[in-house]
Amino acid sequence: MTTIDRTARERVERASRPGRRRHPARPAWDEEPSVAGKTAKAVTLVVICLAVVLPLYTILLTSLSTQAAITRAGGLVLVPGELTLDAYRQVLAGGIVTRAVLVSVGITTVGTALSMVVSVLGAYGLSRSGSLGHRAILFTVLITMFFGAGIIPTYLLVSSLNLINSYWSLILPTAVSAFNVLLLRSAFMNLDQQILDSARIDGAGDWRILTRIVLPMTKAVTSVIALFYAVGYWNAFFQATLYINDSDKQPLQVVLRAMVLQGQTVPGQVEVGAGQVSSLAIQMAVVVIAIVPVLLVYPWVQKHFTSGVLIGAVKG
Amino acid sequence: MAVSTRPPSSSATPVPPRRERRRGHANEVKLPLRARLRRDKGVLVMCVPMLLLLGIFAYVPMLGNVVAFQDYSPFVGIRNSPFVGLANFERVFADPGFWNALANTLAITGFQIVFYFPVPIVLALLLNSVLSARVRVVVQSVVYLPHFFSWVLVVSVFQQLLGGAGLLNQALRAAGHQGVSIVTDPDVFLFLVTSQTVWKDAGWGIIVFLAALAAVDPALYEAAAMDGADRWRRLWHITLPALKSVIILLLILRLGDALTVGFEQLILQRDAVGADVAEVLDTFVYYRGVRDGNWSYAAAAGLVKGVVSLLLVLGANKVAHLFGEAGVYSRR
Repeated sequence: MTTIDRTARERVERASRPGRRRHPARPAWDEEPSVAGKTAKAVTLVVICLAVVLPLYTILLTSLSTQAAITRAGGLVLVPGELTLDAYRQVLAGGIVTRAVLVSVGITTVGTALSMVVSVLGAYGLSRSGSLGHRAILFTVLITMFFGAGIIPTYLLVSSLNLINSYWSLILPTAVSAFNVLLLRSAFMNLDQQILDSARIDGAGDWRILTRIVLPMTKAVTSVIALFYAVGYWNAFFQATLYINDSDKQPLQVVLRAMVLQGQTVPGQVEVGAGQVSSLAIQMAVVVIAIVPVLLVYPWVQKHFTSGVLIGAVKG
Repeated sequence: MAVSTRPPSSSATPVPPRRERRRGHANEVKLPLRARLRRDKGVLVMCVPMLLLLGIFAYVPMLGNVVAFQDYSPFVGIRNSPFVGLANFERVFADPGFWNALANTLAITGFQIVFYFPVPIVLALLLNSVLSARVRVVVQSVVYLPHFFSWVLVVSVFQQLLGGAGLLNQALRAAGHQGVSIVTDPDVFLFLVTSQTVWKDAGWGIIVFLAALAAVDPALYEAAAMDGADRWRRLWHITLPALKSVIILLLILRLGDALTVGFEQLILQRDAVGADVAEVLDTFVYYRGVRDGNWSYAAAAGLVKGVVSLLLVLGANKVAHLFGEAGVYSRR
């Protein structure tokens, strides 16, 4: 507030009623909104946040509630009652959900690693606009964004490669996303080329430049792209229903669908816990397990969203 | 295509004239092929894994669309299946199921343009008017989150809240009312699908608009305020013109994508609501092909969708250029 001159300060004092403090970030020329306006804005923002948080809260709470608490609530629990970890103990004690979690973790890890290696290499390979074949390769990548081959030919290909019921069917067809490659490429091209040129003059090869200079300088974008890929693998559901018939190999999203949306019970589990653990608590525990990995990674990457996506804005 | 995460070029920082700086010698003298090959060997090798994967899993299936012109049978394979010309396409165009799927697809697209498209804009304006940086960060973190949930999860959440045994019906029954079944009622399906899309993606959608808003010169607001423009006039004459190019671009892109609506979202709910309202082009292809085994027939329907989509995207891009926007791609 030190920069406000006298006239501006008078404006401020005239504009605001006595006793009300102006927000320090509000510019001097901006008139103070009415109390009703401010309240309406605050209420709207709180309602929007609750619309996201409240469903997650009640699902988490239900997964932690005892059979008695759920029966008393008549379904999802909003007010905490007696809490228990039984649902998680039962779901994670081995059996279909445990196996599905392992499958999903494996596919996400291997898939993300493969996608990132291939995409980073490809994006770097495309980042020098004068290089040999540059336009042709770029065009090859771009076309895949505008024309998808379709479900049927892709399915026929995967089955003719004998990938049905193989985990690779959940990784290879979606391993390269042209959109992500182009985002990475824009980020690489936006680096100060003089640094790269001087490294080149000092005798650094492409591999060295990529690993020692380009990647450390584009951590924000690469971490956002890695999150995009990881979330894609973790959330993939349709691919698994297409390519995986073997019930032992189903990833978590398919099991989640079977249990929560189609109401199937987990064989061999309900009998064990019958009478103690509510089936609703078990269902909600699976939902929570499907969310938790996203929630674990999200805060670390979230701060890069704007910078990561914005760098991609400058098309090259 | 995750086009919605792409902010417009107008809001971005000016591009430095890097083309002149980068490898300037290449522009001056055209090197012989062998010298260029030696120079670019490294980057060419780096492209190989990407090109291999795209070649196998994007380009081979494009060629595989040839089954749309065959009477394909998995037992004899593509090579030995007889060609039937355009017979599959004739059957597709004579099939009321196809037209029903097309109508449903367009209905969902139209509904979402009216009821989903403006939500991120309004949300971004609201958030942009919040002065406290901490509040802005918290709200952004919360509303971006559902974008990263799977469709299985989103549909599950909605079922738990609005379904027959869900939270809403719990409350209604506790208050002595009859229950409602929103998730299985075909009449409100468009609303259900759109509200799911809003819950999942409207928050993430504001990122583009926030970026455009951050690029507005604050001096414009100050000058307007000094000239006596109140906040609504400033919104109308400064903020909205600043967003205009992004809005037009995203709208055109959405129209270009008109035949694509959330595939996983719909396939998860098709059985609960019924094919009359929930069958879209993608689910139509899946059920006719993979479920019923009418491979050639489904491939023909899928090819129609792919080609029309391609034409729509190219047309949309053309329109974007006419409006003076950068479009999805630019010749560079």
